[in-house]
Amino acid sequence: MSRTSDILAPLALVALLLGAWEAACHLLNLPPYFLPSPSQVAADTVDSAGLLLASAWNTLLMALEALVVASLLACSLALVVAVNRLLEKAVHPLAVALQVTPVVAIAPQVVIWAGLDHPQRAIVALATIVAFFPIFSGALTGLKSADPDLERLFDLYGATGWQRLWRLRVPSAAPFVLEGHKVAGGLALIGAVVAEFVAGTGGAQGLAWRILESSNRLQTGKTFAAVIVLAIMGALLHAALSWGEKAVLRRLRGR
Amino acid sequence: MSVASLTAVEVEYPGRGKVLGPFDLTLEDGEIVALVGPSGCGKSTALRLLAGLEQPTRGSVERMPGRGETAVVFQAPTLMPWASALANAALPLELAGTPKAEARGRAAQSLHRVGLGDALDAKPAQLSGGMAMRVSLARALVTQPRLLLMGEPFAALDEITRRAMAEDLHRLWAQSRQAIIFVTHNVEEAAYIAHRVIAMSPAPGRLSAETAIGGDMPRPAHFRTTESFRVAVEAISGGLAADLGRTA
Repeated sequence: MSRTSDILAPLALVALLLGAWEAACHLLNLPPYFLPSPSQVAADTVDSAGLLLASAWNTLLMALEALVVASLLACSLALVVAVNRLLEKAVHPLAVALQVTPVVAIAPQVVIWAGLDHPQRAIVALATIVAFFPIFSGALTGLKSADPDLERLFDLYGATGWQRLWRLRVPSAAPFVLEGHKVAGGLALIGAVVAEFVAGTGGAQGLAWRILESSNRLQTGKTFAAVIVLAIMGALLHAALSWGEKAVLRRLRGR
Repeated sequence: MSVASLTAVEVEYPGRGKVLGPFDLTLEDGEIVALVGPSGCGKSTALRLLAGLEQPTRGSVERMPGRGETAVVFQAPTLMPWASALANAALPLELAGTPKAEARGRAAQSLHRVGLGDALDAKPAQLSGGMAMRVSLARALVTQPRLLLMGEPFAALDEITRRAMAEDLHRLWAQSRQAIIFVTHNVEEAAYIAHRVIAMSPAPGRLSAETAIGGDMPRPAHFRTTESFRVAVEAISGGLAADLGRTA
């Protein structure tokens, strides 16, 4: 199949589905709070574009902040744990427990701890928790993934533990750490949105608040618009992280 | 003077039983010995014993204890993918604490010796299989080892590259005359490269036959077509086949 038809096929399907949706709304005379037509959603998106973009920007900043904090915490903890077997045994169950705890379950308490006047702090903290595990797990796996023959070579030449860590394990971990960041980026964004939902205050002025606000007012078109902006932002963030991952790997491997 | 020896060594792995021995091997200074045998006969285990990377279950291993006196070339080039050819070749020296500038200088010389003087900055992914193996060889030679252990290093290369690598190995050996143990499953390659070919029995590997190969080194042109070479290759192959027949 040619490239053009590769691109046209999904677009055609989307157009078909949107057409059917639009037609259904008009034919069945559905009220806009129940299901707004695509043209209504488009109009609402254009209408509130400024507010949506500002809110998206706030959400993105909180997610990125969380990603940076999670990255620093996860990478340094993985380094410490990788050199000490006992510590790994001690930390691992806790890290898993943290990962499987739904963020909504702990969010209200974190909001209280952060102070009700600072919902951004609680949101960043919660998104950090969500983003932590993929980076930690990737880094830890990566630090143990060095080529066994290279490990033998380091043995043969009497490498110290420190040399082995910095010259072999850390660079071997790079692809795993990058992959972890790619996954964590998407999760941080979801985490930031979910946490803002649970925080339930407009203090952070993120996309979740736009969704809450519009759905409480039965402005379903605006809700859809916010969800679309969120989806586009998530896709862009993922694309940016993928691109960054490839660029770093190309630089590391020279190809 | 012997540079390394295995005396009545036996190696057993839990769950796999005995993979090697009892096996004896003494290597004289400047001697090239090839180990041939069917897969799983413990050739690589013998190599790891000589490298000090593994201890025998029974028997004793004598080797030079000094750092950098023994070098290993693995079956794969085993290079650090994130490091340039120069950094890879300098690794043994840098791990031993040689100042970086000196280590890199000696690594560059070593790469020149294996014919990679133009590829110092190339990363492993930018090198062909043969070139990557040369970097691996340059890294092994950078410490001027007295014993070079090579575990099927040319197995993954095409025939032309393989023969060129054998020539280069002899040329390098003629300059520094270190002892070399060369593991291979290719009988012709063994007879071409080595002074002495040791054939091993199927697991647990024992000495099955030992064949001395005459002739100069580096090998003269058309050495592979000489009568003595053909006879030696046939003798080694015959011995290995008979061994396999006995166990099958």
